[in-house]
Amino acid sequence: MDKLVEEICAIPGGEGIRLCIQCGTCTASCPNASRMEHTPRELIAMVRAGMGKEVLSSNSMWLCLSCYLCTVRCPRGIKQTDLMHALECLAVRQHLSTARTRTPIMYRSFSDFVYSIGRVPEMGFMIWFYLLTNPLRALRMIPVMLSLLKHGRISLKARRLRPEAERQLKAILDRAEALGGLS
Amino acid sequence: MRYYTYFPGCSSSEGGAKAYGWSAQAVAKALDVELIELEDWNCCGSTPYTSVDELASFCTSARNLALAEKRGLDLVTPCSACYVILSRTNSYVKGYPELRAKVGEALAAGDLEYHGTVRVRHLLDIFANDIGYDEIASKVKRRLGGLKVAPYYGCQVVRPEPGFDHPESPQSLDRLIESLGAEATRFPLRSRCCGGSLIISEEDLALGLIHKLLDSASSDGAECIVTVCPLCQTNLDIYQGRINKRFKTNFNLPILFFTQLMGVAFGIEGKDLGLKKGIVPVEKVLAQYIER
Ligand code: SF4
Ligand code: SF4
Repeated sequence: MDKLVEEICAIPGGEGIRLCIQCGTCTASCPNASRMEHTPRELIAMVRAGMGKEVLSSNSMWLCLSCYLCTVRCPRGIKQTDLMHALECLAVRQHLSTARTRTPIMYRSFSDFVYSIGRVPEMGFMIWFYLLTNPLRALRMIPVMLSLLKHGRISLKARRLRPEAERQLKAILDRAEALGGLS
Repeated sequence: MRYYTYFPGCSSSEGGAKAYGWSAQAVAKALDVELIELEDWNCCGSTPYTSVDELASFCTSARNLALAEKRGLDLVTPCSACYVILSRTNSYVKGYPELRAKVGEALAAGDLEYHGTVRVRHLLDIFANDIGYDEIASKVKRRLGGLKVAPYYGCQVVRPEPGFDHPESPQSLDRLIESLGAEATRFPLRSRCCGGSLIISEEDLALGLIHKLLDSASSDGAECIVTVCPLCQTNLDIYQGRINKRFKTNFNLPILFFTQLMGVAFGIEGKDLGLKKGIVPVEKVLAQYIER
């Protein structure tokens, strides 16, 4: 799986993995490391040891909050957060993203919103996502939703772009799709 | 008069953080700042999008930058998440020729091009550094004397870009709060994460983080928390009730946008600042200062 090292290096921010000295500063800084199947430091060691499949099918990167603490602290200037994003993209592309966290499907739904209307009415998105993935949780959320509604904070519709702007965005994204990703 | 191109982001335009957009505009006006909304902007490119399709996310983001470049002004956003994504696209398009070529090719399909000249800024940076604390203090009609405010920076306004404030012990919001006459509390977890969008997919995890934040803020005697990001406001405000239930706590901390607090001190009417939009009511804490 040296291929994975190369693929990661081709993604902006990913090239740093060759520089890692395994000091563990990233793991020590990470608010979610204890819930990850492999810590941020381990992920790099595993990628370099050719354990790509284990890495890409783990829950680790999907628990990353993009808080960037690891990134600003790494003594080697490695952009760990970007590496997490890169691993997420590769996991999606190789159909390895885990079902042990709902984050992949949440992110995917979010992207579908952006593609189809260009903006995301986030509260509406939240309700829609709950209904899609877990109606029971949707039930539990009813009190929260009612109070949001009372305070006028839910809009199910996003204010749309003008039709020509929407077409422009779609044309750009379709071309991006045809270009086949970053690497 | 100072002019900026304004990128509200989904949340502060028509979403759950309308009050942020309203109060930002109201306060800007009082400070002779004109925030001119970028016409037909789209989603910033967002972290969720970055994580499933990086190129598409860069292109989504770059469309905004290309539109902004035509106007030649700094691009300002009140949302920390939009700020980080737009800045990242900006620096990566500059730093990686291959990426620049691909993004350029995609933009061309929409008859756009981007030359990398836009400066992406956060609204806090504009008020703190372009306008300045003295100017802000000079507009104060009701000094917020005695009010204890926890300055909550969160992550993305100060990280990872080497920006306008320290990545782990930022000060700009403290100074801004103090220029309104209020007291900024110590709040040790001021630049820790609120859980972001993982509140939707990994609720338990995010609730734990929010609980720690509320605990840190209230143990320092803060009467309210001030945020600079719609996501942070949402997580701390609408989930406070659930936190109380789950952790058997009694937090009752209103979560304000920093622009709302400025507006109150400037004597702007409560309804123009969306003060009633908060789930944890703010009236009691601010009663003596609010203009009705
Ligand atoms: S902090 Fe940097 S060098 Fe240290 S283990 Fe993490 S990525 Fe490697
Ligand atoms: S950015 Fe992600 S990996 Fe890095 S410290 Fe934050 S949560 Fe952990």
